[in-house]
Amino acid sequence: MQSHILSIILFTPLAGAILLLFVPKENKNAIRWIANIFAVAGLFVSLPLVPWFWAQRAEPGFKFIEGAANNWIPSIGAGYVLGIDGISFLLIMLTTLLGWISILSSWTAIEERVKEYYVWFLVLQTGMLGVFMALDFFLFFVFWEAMLVPMYLLIGIWGGPRKLYAAIKFFLYTLFGSVLMLLGILFLYFHHHEITSIYTFSIPELYKTAPQIPFNYAIWLFLAFFLGFAIKVPMFPFHTWLPDAHVEAPTAGSVILAGVLLKMGTYGFVRFSLPFFPGVVTNPRVRGWMIGLSIVGIIYGALVSLMQKDMKKLVAYSSVSHLGFCTLGIFALNPAGLSGSVLQQINHGISTGALFLIVGVLYERRHTREIAEYGGISNVMPVYATITMIMFLSSMGLPLLNGFVGEFTILQGTFMESRAWAAWAVPGVILAAAYLLWLYQRVFFGTVTNPKNEKLHDLTPREVLLFVPLIAAAFWIGLYPKPFFEILEQPVNQIVQTVRPGYPSKDVNAAVPAPLTPAGSAVPVTEAGGNQ
Amino acid sequence: VSGPISQYFSGMDYLIALPIILLTLFALGILLIDLMLPTEWKWTNALVAFVGILFAAAGVWKIQSALGPRPFQFGFMNAVFMDRFAIFFFYLFLAGAALAIVMSVRYLEIERENHGEYYSLILFSVVGMMCMAAGYDVVLIFIGLELMAISTYVLVGFLRTDRRSNEASLKYLLLGAFSSGIFAYGLSLIYGLTGSTNLGIIAPRLTQLMGQNQNHANPVIVLALLATATGLLFKIAAVPFHQWAPDAYEGAPTSITAFMSVAVKAAAWAMLLRILLWGMFPLREVYVPFLIFVSVATMTAANFAALTQNNLKRLLAYSSIAHVGYMLLGLIALATAEFPSDAMFDGYKGILLYLMVYTFMNLGAFAVITSLRQRDVIGDEIDDIAGLYFRSPTEAVLMLIFLLSLAGIPPLAGFYGKYFIFLSLIESGHYILAALGVLYAVFGLYYYLRIANNMFMRPALDKERLPISLGMRFALGVTAFLTVYIGIFPEHFIRLVNWSVGMSSSPVASLIR
Repeated sequence: MQSHILSIILFTPLAGAILLLFVPKENKNAIRWIANIFAVAGLFVSLPLVPWFWAQRAEPGFKFIEGAANNWIPSIGAGYVLGIDGISFLLIMLTTLLGWISILSSWTAIEERVKEYYVWFLVLQTGMLGVFMALDFFLFFVFWEAMLVPMYLLIGIWGGPRKLYAAIKFFLYTLFGSVLMLLGILFLYFHHHEITSIYTFSIPELYKTAPQIPFNYAIWLFLAFFLGFAIKVPMFPFHTWLPDAHVEAPTAGSVILAGVLLKMGTYGFVRFSLPFFPGVVTNPRVRGWMIGLSIVGIIYGALVSLMQKDMKKLVAYSSVSHLGFCTLGIFALNPAGLSGSVLQQINHGISTGALFLIVGVLYERRHTREIAEYGGISNVMPVYATITMIMFLSSMGLPLLNGFVGEFTILQGTFMESRAWAAWAVPGVILAAAYLLWLYQRVFFGTVTNPKNEKLHDLTPREVLLFVPLIAAAFWIGLYPKPFFEILEQPVNQIVQTVRPGYPSKDVNAAVPAPLTPAGSAVPVTEAGGNQ
Repeated sequence: VSGPISQYFSGMDYLIALPIILLTLFALGILLIDLMLPTEWKWTNALVAFVGILFAAAGVWKIQSALGPRPFQFGFMNAVFMDRFAIFFFYLFLAGAALAIVMSVRYLEIERENHGEYYSLILFSVVGMMCMAAGYDVVLIFIGLELMAISTYVLVGFLRTDRRSNEASLKYLLLGAFSSGIFAYGLSLIYGLTGSTNLGIIAPRLTQLMGQNQNHANPVIVLALLATATGLLFKIAAVPFHQWAPDAYEGAPTSITAFMSVAVKAAAWAMLLRILLWGMFPLREVYVPFLIFVSVATMTAANFAALTQNNLKRLLAYSSIAHVGYMLLGLIALATAEFPSDAMFDGYKGILLYLMVYTFMNLGAFAVITSLRQRDVIGDEIDDIAGLYFRSPTEAVLMLIFLLSLAGIPPLAGFYGKYFIFLSLIESGHYILAALGVLYAVFGLYYYLRIANNMFMRPALDKERLPISLGMRFALGVTAFLTVYIGIFPEHFIRLVNWSVGMSSSPVASLIR
């Protein structure tokens, strides 16, 4: 069982999708039940992973490895190889949890073309899980690309008024990044063959040869991978697809988009960019750019959020800001920054996923997301208002809730590298409090001004059920994050040791004369890098 | 020449000609039987043609087993060169023709043009294609080309009462004859330079000529090369020799458009590879810059032109031109890579694999468009496919698979063609061309998604369910199955291509030695 657990987790949703194909499409409730059963099953089959993984958390390397290299397409050296470490373990658990929640949340939201919807959603779930499990670059790329198709259809068919535009933009933008990444992968593959005379896409094997690529090639490869991942994250100037996709997507689509899809970009940075190109990421200039873009993203995303009139768009831009923290932590290149970043990715999945559900709840009742349409909602929907408050506080990083732990650890890691970087990132936390509390005030406080809102009914038990696991997770990570850090310790240390051998004794950043003064743009970053 | 003919021709020669003879017999048979058939029995013509293709395939199989481990066999006094390359293409032509035949039956009934000549012309054109792929003497290749081309001109104009079809046929005929003339002119110059029409003699003579001139091509060689290459590029519809393609594709009966876009194109590629690699490989340094220009121009022009098309057949015509651009990239990698190197073989494999997967996915896409044709609807405008999902969900999903495969999204067959081509470009150091190629592939996705958007996200203009004939179901089933199966389990197909490349015993290898 242990040896096939990953395949079982991976293919449970796909099995559900295939089964659904044989259910007549008029039978909407049967379709809903089957989809939900498979979504719950997808979560349940992933639960045994928790004790099993916990038992071997300190062992080095990938665990639960399944399949051998080259067993899929031997003539090109691609294999069906799955395996996880602490980082992918957490992301997989997040995916199965959010997958279940979003499928459950669609029960009443999707009334048209129900069968297709659940089929595509379950296919999407398999695609995302595959990205986090693949230990073969070819397999990884297949999942990475294949997953775009169901997401494109989810946005394009069940989306809002500008769905066609948003769906195509999403597909083209993310594909643009990933095809350049494909060229990067092919180069690594070719380079591995030059050194070892073996053609393989095995990621652990490529880990051995990729760092030997000379800097003038590695920088281009890094950029190719960077484009692929930065678009997915999205980092600041590549974020423009995100508000469109989020606003137009159906609620469950947004939850998955924010909760899991964006994490594929940050996961890519941690899994590939760092260990493959240690010479490039430790280069002060490259690192300066990365940190600079992260900080710009944090501040910019927060400022734009402040200005939004549409709740969903506000949450979408807040994702840009929060993901800025994640990339900031990654490029701090120390254990605190990295583990904080991974934990913050989980936190963002929990709290932003919940925020999109919260917006979805109101949208389902009123079919508008304009903030100005609401006011005094706490009077008519008290349970809803309470849950919203908890999730808002979690998202803005209030101590005792999950967001605080992640952001604090990231800032701690950043502070250890440069005080200025940390100082520039901190306003993001304050701004997050500002836009979220202001939103809360406008929507929930005061008296009901709009007569249409007087008759709104509070959350149904099904809707409450959606939030329970998220709130529990938020409190758990906020109160007792130790198990999470223990799970992350081994993989994070391994990556840091690859990137900066001997850390913390040898500080690569010691050579940087002055810490960055980003001044809100990336230009001074280059100067700081260029000084030495 | 005296004495019994057995002195010059052995049994092997006749065996090599077996599929060609079989196809010809069946084609003539159809013409005869057709005279006796009442209108409602015309579908038997298709059946006979299909059986003929099965027989021809058995003949190819016979040749293949007779060859055994030998990589090649000359026949008819070196005029025919039967190697694995040729066998690979034989199978490809037969598959393309068979699928085109099964999807034609109902279409022709609707068009009221159900005549036996249609099927017999398809078989004749396959005979021509076989001569192109297996020809080693430029005269045989040229005759094969003309046999294929003339059959195709007629097929394009097969809808006698349709103005578009007539116009397309005439345009195709005029431009095709013109390009054949240029091609023949180039070949005659080559003959003048080398004194032979046999590729096996042309190549060493060209090496000699280049050697005498310090590896610089003299103007006559350049002229011969340009004229020949122009003819070849016209036939594969590369920019700037592509103008005939959208018109011919749009006007032709849809089933013939499908046939032209795969089998005819594959034959043109086989001829191009034969001549540029076997005959003119010594001139590769001269023609590679030309090919780079053509390839970039093809990708650019075709992708931009496809963006604004509202006719599905025209759109797919431009998309098929764009695919020629990607395949040319593989040829560039092949011709510039060191010999022997993996880059070279990957480029070669890329082209062959691309042609194979392209055959299935493009036929599939055209099959869907063919089935849109109804009594009163021409069915080739983008509006006609709107809401296809509501009229025929299976077809819409299959079309989505074909389109995504054309765009090169894994895990579908189309991805592997691009994979090998981009790999060979990386291996031979063409990083910028590789980046251009992948970016144009993203660009291409846009117009494929336009079709997908129309199928899934627009209401149907015509609410009626779409009737799908048995033959069409067969064609759709086979193409969709292969598009998905090759995508998920490509190993056997990559091995098939490896086999046909012949690896170490490659004829290309023997040539340069």
